[in-house]
Amino acid sequence: MNIGDVVAETTFHVTRDSLVRYAGASGDFNAIHYRDDVAQSVGLPGVLAHGMLTMGIAVQPVVDWLGTKGSIVDYQVRFTRPVLVDGADGADLTVVAKVGLVDDDGARIDLTVTFNGETVLGKAQVRVSLT
Amino acid sequence: MPVNPDLQGRVFPPVAPYLVGREKVREFARAVFATSPLNHSVEAAVAAGFADVVAPPTFAVVVQEATLAQLLAEPDAGIDFSRVVHGEQRFSYSRPIVAGDELTATLSVTSVKSLGGHSMVTAESAVVDASGAHVVTAISTLVVRGDE
Repeated sequence: MNIGDVVAETTFHVTRDSLVRYAGASGDFNAIHYRDDVAQSVGLPGVLAHGMLTMGIAVQPVVDWLGTKGSIVDYQVRFTRPVLVDGADGADLTVVAKVGLVDDDGARIDLTVTFNGETVLGKAQVRVSLT
Repeated sequence: MPVNPDLQGRVFPPVAPYLVGREKVREFARAVFATSPLNHSVEAAVAAGFADVVAPPTFAVVVQEATLAQLLAEPDAGIDFSRVVHGEQRFSYSRPIVAGDELTATLSVTSVKSLGGHSMVTAESAVVDASGAHVVTAISTLVVRGDE
């Protein structure tokens, strides 16, 4: 494993149904994630994905790559741009997971998560230990 | 009203224990597009050395949620929920959460900062299992927008 290696690259199609499902599963029922009128009342163009849904999806390619050969010891992100989820077309989230650092403890995997050509998470880093 | 700077350093009482259900783990896994057999199949999880299905990494937020509710409800906190934006999130794990875990979370406010009219509050929720062993610490930075 070398710095810069891409360990996974995946695109996820998120729809309003995904947001309703995540709201129920997580208990986050903030209406900006399912009602355009409420989202617009706080200055957003429309319904956006839960930041924690984006964070949850973004780590999945690393989970799959890691399998049982190691574990995640730390995962952090900054929420930098909203992911607007169109009622008809949904939103495509692309995740590129790249080796950022290799050391005695394992590796740091850096995630680039983009929607509409722009990154939506900053400093998205997954620390993994390898067995 | 700005966020009360005296919040920094405050430690809250532990919230009621959260019992992690197997179907809840599967439901959450489906919601975050998790397809690993470890998240869904007891057999696969046991074969990998876990007691039951393994929760996806961000499941910890479900356990953390009750502690953030404590923070927002604190009478002297000065945090108006309608002005809160989630700025950053971090999880530091000692081990993955698995179904059957009974988890207790304790919140402490580690930092309150003001930046150009906005406030940034960083809160850490330390999560332990029924034996008292550390499982994960969930760290949230909330940005509270000031009056426009």
